[in-house]
Amino acid sequence: MKDQVELVSGNRAVARGALDAGCRMYFGYPITPQTEIAEYMSMVLPEMNGVFLQAESELAAINMVYGAAGAGRRVMTTSSSPGISLMMEGLSYLATAELPCVIANVMRGGPGLGNISPAQGDYFQAVKGGGHGDYHTPVLAPWSVQEIYDLTRTAFDLADRWRNPVFILLDGLLGTMMEPLRTREPVPEREAPSWATTGIFAREANDRTPRSIYTLHMPEGALTEVNRRLQAKYREIAREEVRYDEHFTRDAEVLVVAYGSVARSALQAVRIARQQGRRAGLFRPVSLWPFPEEALYNLSEKVQKILVAEMSSGQMLEDVRLATAPSCKIEFAGAMGGELIYPGTILTRLQEE
Amino acid sequence: MAVLFSRPQSLTDTPFRYCPGCHHGLAHRLGAEALDELNLREKAVGIASVGCSVYTNEFFNCDTQQAAHGRAPAVATAVKRARPECFVFTYQGDGDLASIGMAETIHAAARGENISIIFINNACYGMTGGQMAPTTLPGQKTTTSPLGREAAREGNPIDMMKLLNALEGPAYLSRVLLTSPGKQAAAKRSILRAFRAQMKGLGFSLVEILSACPSNWRMTPVEALRYVDEVMAKYYPPGEVRVAKEVLEG
Ligand SMILES: Cc1ncc(C[n+]2csc(CCOP(=O)(O)OP(=O)(O)O)c2C)c(N)n1
Ligand code: SF4
Repeated sequence: MKDQVELVSGNRAVARGALDAGCRMYFGYPITPQTEIAEYMSMVLPEMNGVFLQAESELAAINMVYGAAGAGRRVMTTSSSPGISLMMEGLSYLATAELPCVIANVMRGGPGLGNISPAQGDYFQAVKGGGHGDYHTPVLAPWSVQEIYDLTRTAFDLADRWRNPVFILLDGLLGTMMEPLRTREPVPEREAPSWATTGIFAREANDRTPRSIYTLHMPEGALTEVNRRLQAKYREIAREEVRYDEHFTRDAEVLVVAYGSVARSALQAVRIARQQGRRAGLFRPVSLWPFPEEALYNLSEKVQKILVAEMSSGQMLEDVRLATAPSCKIEFAGAMGGELIYPGTILTRLQEE
Repeated sequence: MAVLFSRPQSLTDTPFRYCPGCHHGLAHRLGAEALDELNLREKAVGIASVGCSVYTNEFFNCDTQQAAHGRAPAVATAVKRARPECFVFTYQGDGDLASIGMAETIHAAARGENISIIFINNACYGMTGGQMAPTTLPGQKTTTSPLGREAAREGNPIDMMKLLNALEGPAYLSRVLLTSPGKQAAAKRSILRAFRAQMKGLGFSLVEILSACPSNWRMTPVEALRYVDEVMAKYYPPGEVRVAKEVLEG
């Protein structure tokens, strides 16, 4: 079982990662290109003594996640861009109540109903908070089926470690493509945390004070205090949870910065450029928040130029600009409306001075 | 000395902060007494909603979660499914339950979700200062229906009992009043039945309480009681509309 390799889609890898992390509760609402996750969960969760519930809307789904997380269970929901927009109010409540949960967004073309092709236009929404108020959620951006599985498992641990919602940011290409997956030993669901509303009866005799999960803080100064605590936590996350991946960066004169499926095109372009004698490299942020600022800054001091490749009008581009040395030339290769970025496009830009 | 009357165990000693003549406090008390009598306090997870009763979590002496506006039935659904051994109830106003949260209410009821809802219908949005609610009566003046609600302009009120009674899911549905001691006793019997429905695993239960909001109705508490009896109860007839026979057994 342990060394078995299976051919599965990215969507399925999200589900498998969640199940192997001990997640036994899933709430969701159908939307292309990620409905396969819900379908798979509806098939396997009942057999595992878990809970699958098709919610009446994404609004309901995210609030079901709130209830289940508050009751101390490992829980997840998944959706795609328009559905994630509907969840943003709930995300703000989850972040404020500090409830651990995992949300995967398999991004599609937007804005509006957009289309069902791969896109990365929800970057701002994911990394800057997205709902109302000052909050952050860690955002993990895998680029392969294997990494989708691995990071989904990681996401549950991060959610618990920081008592915070955690995002997996994918795009339609990653969600629907199939690759070999090697799963690891599953872990059982963890016990309910010490703050969860489990009902008093479920607790020891010395732990019988009622618990409450709430987000209204009306007394003078109370909300300021909550915000201070949250911001201190976010600073700690920003210090401890930075993740990135580098390819051929050691001697690079030109650097591509890309995440998700675009980073795959970028790596191919970088390899071809190298064969042609151009010393290209790839820097791939894996945590989009916290953004790997320091590592990127250090590289930006050494390279002649950075090319940001992204399936949007230039969202991560802004974070790259903020994180890089002022002397570094920054260029952009974007695609919108569900168009892909092919290696050839990136290669051409790498060949330019 | 024998104690004849005391605070229910299921209420904290936090003083209510409701207006004089408001029915929220009474409704809390009846809910808490029912929890006590059925020995549910330690098993309970109460879901507060957004409205004047947003602090329900401070008043009920059990585990609680505060839901976003309208989402309490979704939150309760998940808590119950996460911890089926818990007793899960929500406490919601009419703006919360019948307007912004209508989808969550209807779907939780249709699924026959094994939760109980205490529904406070005061025909207005209390907390935000008396705007029109879906339950605002024909002709009733509110700050956003200043000329009095007129079907052609503001639309018709929604009778939640009729709406919910069209579904298969509910095991117990009842509408009650709190305008006299006798009616309060009957209201409590309804709440007990609703809670028992959940304990027996029969599905969705809801008690609608026609409630006074003297402040926003611009009435004295006594006038408000009369308004509930003479106007509201005419439009929204009290009584049990759904009682699964198993609710009464045992
Ligand atoms: C998403 C959202 N929209 C609007 C509000 C503002 N709001 C707070 S309470 C309330 C109405 C509450 O009325 P009701 O549910 O009837 O309860 P009552 O105050 O009458 O007890 C509104 C509209 C909010 N908190 N959240
Ligand atoms: S505004 Fe109305 S509902 Fe709110 S506390 Fe006052 S009387 Fe009660």
